[in-house]
Amino acid sequence: MRGRSRFARKQRMTIVLGILCLVIIIVILQLWLLTASMNAYLGGDESVLIPAALASLVCLGLNAGLLWYLYGLES
Amino acid sequence: MMPQDPDRLTVPPDGRSYSEQPRWRQDFPIEWAQDNYISRRDFTRFMVLTSLAFVVGQFVILFQNFLRRQRGEPPIQEIAGVNEIPVGGARLFHYPDEDTLRILVRLDESTFVAYEQQCTHLACPVIPQPEAGHLHCPCHEGVFDLRTGQPLAGPPRRPLARVRLERRADKIYAVGVEKALA
Repeated sequence: MRGRSRFARKQRMTIVLGILCLVIIIVILQLWLLTASMNAYLGGDESVLIPAALASLVCLGLNAGLLWYLYGLES
Repeated sequence: MMPQDPDRLTVPPDGRSYSEQPRWRQDFPIEWAQDNYISRRDFTRFMVLTSLAFVVGQFVILFQNFLRRQRGEPPIQEIAGVNEIPVGGARLFHYPDEDTLRILVRLDESTFVAYEQQCTHLACPVIPQPEAGHLHCPCHEGVFDLRTGQPLAGPPRRPLARVRLERRADKIYAVGVEKALA
């Protein structure tokens, strides 16, 4: 038998929608970083590649944390 | 008797009781709210995987940049004799490898310029127009300055990569490629 979450389903629905919005915004930011990095690479500008890769990695960490929190709501 | 979890109760879309529902829905009742929740949660997971793919892409670019730096300076290569190309004339050549096509243009008696032949927008071949002082990309009407390689009009935003040239005796040599910084 599954245990009951500390949030009701309607509350969890609101939370998942909020998290989904945040994740989508972060993914769009990553897409922008990727296109800017590709443009810089093709243009021979190497100075932005490492900062952009690190920023994208941080974004992935944020997304993974949000997903981890989302799955944690159900336990 | 255990109280029923309200989250486990599902109201059919038309709001009527289960006994009034069609047979197929009675046989396969769907928890609509739970279904919506799961689909959004799975979509969130998919977006996080997309996020991972973008990070992989960033590191692939970093790796490609590392490989490019490892290759070092391109070799010195003879392109053509000075008298082989008339003023306003052009010649295609590969430099520094067989995959990269360049174009050499003679602007006047003593001035030669050479650029990558692919437009920086969508890699269409550019065509020299010495009389106008332009390199023209016919695909999307992109225009580059023939003397500098800078974009002048159309969709291109980055300049053409310029090949460094040297004149030794009566021959033109390619001796390197300048970074095409915008």
